[in-house]
Amino acid sequence: MSNTATTETKPAAPAIEKIKVKVDGRELEVPKLMPDWQGKLVPTTMIQACELAKTDVPHYCYHPKLPVAGNCRMCLVEFGTPALGPDRKPVINPDGTPKIAKSPRPAIACATPISPGMEIYTQTPGVKQMREGVLEFLLINHPLDCPICDQAGECKLQEYSVDYGQSASRFVEPKVHKPKAVDLGPRIVLDDERCILCTRCIRFTKDIAGDDALGIVNRGSYNTLTAYPGKVFDNNYTLNTVDICPVGALTSKDFRFQMRVWFLKETKSICTSCATGCNIIVGSREEKVYRYTPRENDAVNACWMCDHGRLNYKWIGRADRLAEVRRQTSEGRSEKTTWTVALNEIAEKLKKAPHGSVAIVASARQTNEEFWLLKKLADKFGALTDSIGYFGEGDKLLLNVDRTPNRTGARLIGICQANVGIKMMVIADSIKVGKVKTLIVFGEDVTKSSLDAELLGKLDTLIVSDILPNETTKRAHYLLPGCAHVEKRGTFTNIKGRVQKFMKAVEAPGDARPEWEFLHDLVYNVTGQDGFLTIEGLFNEMAKDVPAFNGLTWAGLGDTGVTVPT
Amino acid sequence: MSTAHTEPIPNPLQRQSGFAASAALEAEVDELVTHYPVKRAAALMVLHAIQEQFGWISQEAVEWTARKLELQPINVYELVTFYPMLRQQPMGKYQIKVCRTLSCALGGGCELHQYFCEKLGLNAHAHGPQTTKDGKFTVEFVECLAGCGTAPVMMCNDAFYEGVSHKKADEILGGCQ
Repeated sequence: MSNTATTETKPAAPAIEKIKVKVDGRELEVPKLMPDWQGKLVPTTMIQACELAKTDVPHYCYHPKLPVAGNCRMCLVEFGTPALGPDRKPVINPDGTPKIAKSPRPAIACATPISPGMEIYTQTPGVKQMREGVLEFLLINHPLDCPICDQAGECKLQEYSVDYGQSASRFVEPKVHKPKAVDLGPRIVLDDERCILCTRCIRFTKDIAGDDALGIVNRGSYNTLTAYPGKVFDNNYTLNTVDICPVGALTSKDFRFQMRVWFLKETKSICTSCATGCNIIVGSREEKVYRYTPRENDAVNACWMCDHGRLNYKWIGRADRLAEVRRQTSEGRSEKTTWTVALNEIAEKLKKAPHGSVAIVASARQTNEEFWLLKKLADKFGALTDSIGYFGEGDKLLLNVDRTPNRTGARLIGICQANVGIKMMVIADSIKVGKVKTLIVFGEDVTKSSLDAELLGKLDTLIVSDILPNETTKRAHYLLPGCAHVEKRGTFTNIKGRVQKFMKAVEAPGDARPEWEFLHDLVYNVTGQDGFLTIEGLFNEMAKDVPAFNGLTWAGLGDTGVTVPT
Repeated sequence: MSTAHTEPIPNPLQRQSGFAASAALEAEVDELVTHYPVKRAAALMVLHAIQEQFGWISQEAVEWTARKLELQPINVYELVTFYPMLRQQPMGKYQIKVCRTLSCALGGGCELHQYFCEKLGLNAHAHGPQTTKDGKFTVEFVECLAGCGTAPVMMCNDAFYEGVSHKKADEILGGCQ
């Protein structure tokens, strides 16, 4: 791997031949081959060409990351190809252009490959009529329960109804009724009446998640999506079917009836439940997080995320979040204080600390910027630093064995070794023999590691920053309330070395402040190093200082991040 | 978590206690599988073989087929519910299939169906196959049996009858012992 940062994870593909097509009269060159759902190069389809031409073709069953099914017929378009004379040579119009033989029948754009000189028509009266016809059929048995449907606001059926629907139904027969609230699994409820039988969920769970759990039973208008009776739809990726369901048939038990989607503020963020670093969108309203949904990033998670990560957000809004800066008085009583008082006192104490008498335990859930500031402190005091690893069972798709979002960042910045936690015993021994008198702990309950309560009692100063109370925060001499990742900005480095930034979605409770902010103050107070009052400036300064991040800029990370050599 | 009311996954499949594939059926299925490039392709023929032996396809049969063909039961369940002639419940000993496609509909197919139903005490207006309480007869409509010139036509099990008058219907029923 080269030493320079890149935005690509794979070497550049060999050049692909381009062919000329026309979309609604506009000529453009498109690659002859384009990646299919598995990334394999196959002949470019009309819908891909239209996308390159920035022309929207309505569709339900087509999804770029799923095998093509071609069953919804919504993407029907008209097209023509250059006419050939009896000599098999193109027929030329008097004005010198090739004569186009318009196909007598439409074609589904999702499954029809393009050919040189092809003309695609997406805006003709015929295409409009076809879309209206398809939509009318889809709505025949569809209930009119948009006002209580969770999909409302992000429903393809609603959106295309606005464009191609009719205000009144011509269907006078009784509608076919199907099961309304089927308990498919621990996280999914299915409303079969809303289902338009696009089979996206079936294809996802079979071909992406590898769990052939769903199918369509019965025939004709009685077609019903279901799982096998007695089986439970329960793999770690079930909630992705809710995302890709173009209508409100599959709903998340966690999110259903909780919030109308149009009230949600959408913030670009990163999932913190494992080292994969899936790109997500945080849906929040009035400082409360309602859901995580995956955000497309082909270098990391494509369009998916696991259920484990998606539902791991409840702790953010817990009532017992730490929201006060606290210090321990000389009598051992805990009292509320202010950031200024606490940070000044800590700085004074640290300045007096002899070289080598400070140790830092950081959390692999912290950001690169916070690690860098902690590293600055550590360098000043010759402090031992380490972090704690959390590992679980991984899977083949997204869930990594490493359950922390930024162990790679901690290693690249020099907070921990490749073997995370290897220095924890050294820190414990140093406290035991009285060498280390000051311990700084970020986001970890060290009493669960080799530093038990008795050892913590031997310290002169225990500085703890965390967001939820635990045995370590109880014993802190200075307790600094920090922020969840959705309450601040920063970057994580995932297991493959992709540096990705996340944005602030909600306000932190009470006096809690982003760790990088008060760490910056502390570093300034202790070392005199000044400067980066914004996360952008801080990141750029860090990128200059840390060899692994050389050449990166906050702006250059974009929304999907940059991969660095690890 | 929402506490709203939910229902379990509907299960129209019927149970068949003591379902067991005979050695002969096992052998037949093993042989059927060899006809196809992939095991899954044999699914319909395997279901036919099971129906041949038991007369219908139960939940146990669906699951046995799935195991045998290394599929998920949902794959077989889809097939069984798609084809009406794959029976999801036990049928009568004699299955009377009356054609209702155009020629027969014009030629008295509906009247013939109604005649059978009244004669056997069945509901002529109910949807799908009707079976007598003693399990002897099943009467149902089917689509075209390809005897349009001699409407109305019908089948009783595998025997084909053309131009079936009510008198002829009595004879057919009389022949079913």
